[in-house]
Amino acid sequence: MTLALETRGLMKSFGGLIATNDVSLQLPKGARHALIGPNGAGKTTLINLLTGVLTPTSGEILLDGRDIGSLGVEQRVRLGLTRTFQINQLFGDLTPIETVALAVSERQGRGGDWWRRVGTKGAVLDELVEVLDRFDLTDRMTEQTRLLPYGKQRLLEIAVALATRPRVLLLDEPAAGVPEGEREEILEAVADLPKDVTVVLIEHDMDLVFRFAESISVLVAGAVLTEGTVEQIKSDPRVKAVYLGESEA
Amino acid sequence: MTDTTASPTLTPVDRARRFLAAEARWSWLEIVFWIVAFALAFGFRSNHLLFAEIAILALFAVSLDLILGYAGIVSLGHAAFFGLGAYTVGIMARSGWGDPLTGLVAAAVTAGILGFVTSFLVLRGTDLTRLMITLGVASLLHETANKLDWLTGGADGLQGMMVGPVLGRFSFDLYGTTAYVYALSVLFVVVLGLRVLVHSPFGHTLRAIRDNPLRARAIGIPVARRLIAAYTLAAMIAGIAGALLAQTSGFASLDVLEFHRSADVMLVLVIGGSGRLYGGILGAIVFRLAQDGIATLTPQYWQFWIGLGLVALVLAGRDRLETAGRRLVARALPWLAAKETTR
Repeated sequence: MTLALETRGLMKSFGGLIATNDVSLQLPKGARHALIGPNGAGKTTLINLLTGVLTPTSGEILLDGRDIGSLGVEQRVRLGLTRTFQINQLFGDLTPIETVALAVSERQGRGGDWWRRVGTKGAVLDELVEVLDRFDLTDRMTEQTRLLPYGKQRLLEIAVALATRPRVLLLDEPAAGVPEGEREEILEAVADLPKDVTVVLIEHDMDLVFRFAESISVLVAGAVLTEGTVEQIKSDPRVKAVYLGESEA
Repeated sequence: MTDTTASPTLTPVDRARRFLAAEARWSWLEIVFWIVAFALAFGFRSNHLLFAEIAILALFAVSLDLILGYAGIVSLGHAAFFGLGAYTVGIMARSGWGDPLTGLVAAAVTAGILGFVTSFLVLRGTDLTRLMITLGVASLLHETANKLDWLTGGADGLQGMMVGPVLGRFSFDLYGTTAYVYALSVLFVVVLGLRVLVHSPFGHTLRAIRDNPLRARAIGIPVARRLIAAYTLAAMIAGIAGALLAQTSGFASLDVLEFHRSADVMLVLVIGGSGRLYGGILGAIVFRLAQDGIATLTPQYWQFWIGLGLVALVLAGRDRLETAGRRLVARALPWLAAKETTR
């Protein structure tokens, strides 16, 4: 079986500081994997390596068995590796319709069309409404994004990423900053992501991790301390010591 | 008020389609504007030269709006393309090729090539570096034109341009009627094209890049390629604007490459508003009429009053002025305001 996402001996050093140290991950198709670790464990660096913002010092990144280590951000998106952001990165002046249409058009190879109006391709319209509907955004799809409630923006953050039809979706703290009342909607949306998409959840919130993930990697000081099923990680005394213990203190 | 996007009987796909169609629809204000603009050709003959200048400045501003207002690239050197376009048709006309329309095409090509090449410099860096780079490119071009006096006439300007009649029929007259209709027609055609472009998938990706380049890349938009295309296109349009000025005035000098041209066109967008296509046109009208009006009243101090007006405009905020303006219109002409909101 080929793996959806694999890293082999991934290293990144900034001068003398090793931010990512020999990280090897293996995620089968459809996996629900969580990446946890205390602050400064190198989660952000790892995301940036995976998505192509940073180039690794050494090691390989494979998407569906293909080495993508030298590709740029947008090329990796086109091949099916998309991320969301911990702090919303949306287009404030655009509406949800226009935002999702961007991702859909680009994936269908129509993003450079300059001779026709947005919304004249039925295939794009159908797909963008389907995506908005999945995240319960159709009611407010014609409002400017920056005027939407934070929870809705958070949903749009995931919706636009899913509109690129990723094989692997990196969710960076999807519920961060969402008020209690709107939280459940986000958690449900995350739980309902399509089964064939491999999801990597980068998260601080243990409730969300234990509820959602099937397997977990614990990152400490740039390296994988341990990985395993949720039960294994829960009962691992080392994890308790470095991570759970710390967060309780 | 009839809101076409909220009817419960429509499917979400229909609502989405209608919403997007409504975004790009012609407003009655636009239609009235063009009718009035073309109608002016039949009266106010003594003002036609001024009107032609306004149309050219508007075209120049619209081209800056494409990169500044839509793609988010600040530039203090847009005159480079304007000037190159002016010199292109100027040198052609002096060498015996005086046909205006093919001249415009040539100007668009030369300015487009310069835009394409320099776009790679503009891609990198932040707003501040972009300001410096664009300013630098314009200064280089200015100095080059100054040095190459065998070609450009140097500081004396390009003498002896022979501009032929438009379409082989309409010669440029002393009042500037041909100049005005010609410049306005070119502006109209360019705006027609840009209206399509800004509502297209390509145009939307530019707005996305302006709002958030980081996210634009993260959803697969090839940011660099889109910016190169937009910058090149804007350069071509600026080149056409410069060519129009040279053709309608029958003269090109270093003035077309001066820093004040780049600065003026930025001010025009500040006045009219960026990212809205008609902002450049509105700004050009206000800027040039104010310049003209104030210069008649106080020939020595007109720049002082323009500057004061700009400071006041920025302090008050255009949005606030706009809201106040709308409210005033709503009170004076209720039916007109009602029409506006249903758009």
